[in-house]
Amino acid sequence: MYSYNRYDRALVQARVQQFRDQVSRRLSGKLSEEEFLPLRLQNGVYLQRHAYMLRVAIPYGTLSSEQLRTLAEVADRYDRGYGHFTTRQNIQFNWLELEQVPDILQLLADQEMHAIQTSGNCVRNITTEAFAGVAADELIDPRPLAEIMRQWSTANPEFLFLPRKFKIAISSSENDRAAVRAHDIGLYLYRGKSGEHRLRVLVGGGLGRTPVLSQVIREELPWQHLLTYVEAILRVYNRHGRRDNKYKARIKILLRSLGVEAFAREVEAEWALIRDGAGELTREEYERVARDFGPPAYESLDTADMAYGRHLTLSADFARWVETNTHAHKVSGYASVVVSTKAGEGAPPGDLDSDQMRGVAHLADVYGFGEIRVAHEQNLVLPDIRKRDLYMLWQALAELKLATPNIGLLTDVIACPGGDYCSLANTRSLPVAAAIQQRFRDLDLLHDLGSLSLNISGCMNACGHHHIGNIGILGVNKNDEEFFQLTIGGQKGRNSKLGKVIGPAFRAEEVPEAIERLLEAYRQLRETDETFADTVQRVGIGPFRETVYARESVVAGGVS
Amino acid sequence: MKNVITLKNGSPEHDPSDPWVLLEAGADVMGSDTPIILPFAHWLEHSQARAPDPRQGVLLGPDEDPLRLVPAVSHLPLIALQFPDFRDGRAYSQANLLRLRYGFRGDLRAVGDVLRDQLLLMRHCGFSSFAIREDKPVLDALEGLRGFDEVYARSVANPVPRYRRQSLKPNAHRVSGTD
Ligand code: SF4
Repeated sequence: MYSYNRYDRALVQARVQQFRDQVSRRLSGKLSEEEFLPLRLQNGVYLQRHAYMLRVAIPYGTLSSEQLRTLAEVADRYDRGYGHFTTRQNIQFNWLELEQVPDILQLLADQEMHAIQTSGNCVRNITTEAFAGVAADELIDPRPLAEIMRQWSTANPEFLFLPRKFKIAISSSENDRAAVRAHDIGLYLYRGKSGEHRLRVLVGGGLGRTPVLSQVIREELPWQHLLTYVEAILRVYNRHGRRDNKYKARIKILLRSLGVEAFAREVEAEWALIRDGAGELTREEYERVARDFGPPAYESLDTADMAYGRHLTLSADFARWVETNTHAHKVSGYASVVVSTKAGEGAPPGDLDSDQMRGVAHLADVYGFGEIRVAHEQNLVLPDIRKRDLYMLWQALAELKLATPNIGLLTDVIACPGGDYCSLANTRSLPVAAAIQQRFRDLDLLHDLGSLSLNISGCMNACGHHHIGNIGILGVNKNDEEFFQLTIGGQKGRNSKLGKVIGPAFRAEEVPEAIERLLEAYRQLRETDETFADTVQRVGIGPFRETVYARESVVAGGVS
Repeated sequence: MKNVITLKNGSPEHDPSDPWVLLEAGADVMGSDTPIILPFAHWLEHSQARAPDPRQGVLLGPDEDPLRLVPAVSHLPLIALQFPDFRDGRAYSQANLLRLRYGFRGDLRAVGDVLRDQLLLMRHCGFSSFAIREDKPVLDALEGLRGFDEVYARSVANPVPRYRRQSLKPNAHRVSGTD
């Protein structure tokens, strides 16, 4: 993974000093809250319902075991002993005092971490998929370009006061696991005809109140032009994006009002004037960064391991976990392991306590190369595990309550923090997540239901990405009462689709029952091996709606 | 203007005797020796009628296109860009264009909601003077231009991005906590 050079270190250290000064000016009253607000947001500090929250960047989801231990230390010393991993590969600490934040940032900076631009109307943490560099279906490792973009966007003086937040994701595998099409800029990295690195540039994705999937504005962009092309997009957006209404300020609205062709023309015209200048990326720089992402010292192993095979046949539980929670690795004899944070008891999706963090860090050291990834789905990944070690690792993870075999299944719920923390929330999303996880504990049933994504957002800001869940749940408030609206048919990845609302909303306590009926309908309607998403695609939402609203008891008379 | 900080040979100084006056829209231009900054629309009328005047600068609003100043950039003594609110970042891009694309060499001034914590960004984007919001202490604002301000990306102040400025050595293998 990337390790900082002197310059990188100096920058994050200086940034801590700068923010320490700003906090003290705020506390002494020299800075008004209004003036301080964008400054603290650009350093990851939100004011939530009960306390300050700090969102720490985990650039493109990569952590060292040492860094994860530092996060555990922050959780213990400054928070209530846990942290929350988000869908954009960040971690949030929820119970902080403003005065403490500079010290926390110092602790992070000393371990080459920061919270820069994890919030505010600027370019946010660059994300990619958790299996970058190791996935069997990967075309090119996207991490060097992700790191190059991280550096380029950090404190970039022209683009820190954009009309609205700006999210960039990059992916380079057959299956897009980074929700690229839900980003302001989405990049697919692939090989051109003679093997050179090329980019497909998509713009204008975003969920929120106006969910839209991004559209292609450029094919076959040579990698050297990545930064100038992004610069051109941002300059067009910074100058022409709307600033009069925050709900119309994202780049997707500009794209819609100009039309994709006209927008692309603007960008190309801007780019033509800067493309070949000093902003062009050099091979030397690419290689300098890429060197840090070189493969670790893999052993040469056989694909099959006898002991591993024996465990698979002897333990059905282990076999089941391997089936759902491991991922094909590009090196023979290795697998990537997904550490499920979705046990469903006590802890909300994405939460890990400090003991679990230290436990995972230790396992990464013992069985891997000391590296951990954070997945968009709010789980952790141990990227490089020898298959022969999987059995031991499984047992160790089970002790930490991190081995629930539910990755990609119904209870691998993605949920935003909702009303328990978030001050914008209409509803509490976490109890709904817990109730669903509670109701569908039966592993046989879960496995029978197969691949299924369920996303919950506590309000229409859609941080839980409910639009692109196969089942989406959106919390809405009506007359001070919480209701939950169900959408089905959403999909992420290359075939991204936005889900459709199936009917009137439910009260919180009715949601598990409604989901159960939805799944009952699926089990009746599906053809052999057909996934939930494919079934919805084939038959439409009608038959589902009929089953869900068939009996009086669940029809809440709620809002539609 | 009051509360002005200017860059003199690159270093920021408070200039208590800054001569410029920002003209209200619609006010009378004639009969004054004081250098004045005219709102863009106003300036456009006058600039066509007269020869270039070293006592006339122009104020560009955030939605006005700097391209329209191109015929005059070589002789305009001052261009002021407006920050109606410090959270409105359009002037950063306008400044970049005026300096790098249109070759403006005169004084580029930030006016409006100009505050200490954004001055470094403004300097990076090519501003050379800063009319600090009048209720703010200007000496305090001067602090905003001190300290670490290098960035990775290229800017007007650093036209070459970090990675081209010096050949960066490959990272030595990570030794935790040391340089
Ligand atoms: S979706 Fe709404 S409730 Fe949930 S985190 Fe986002 S803003 Fe808060």
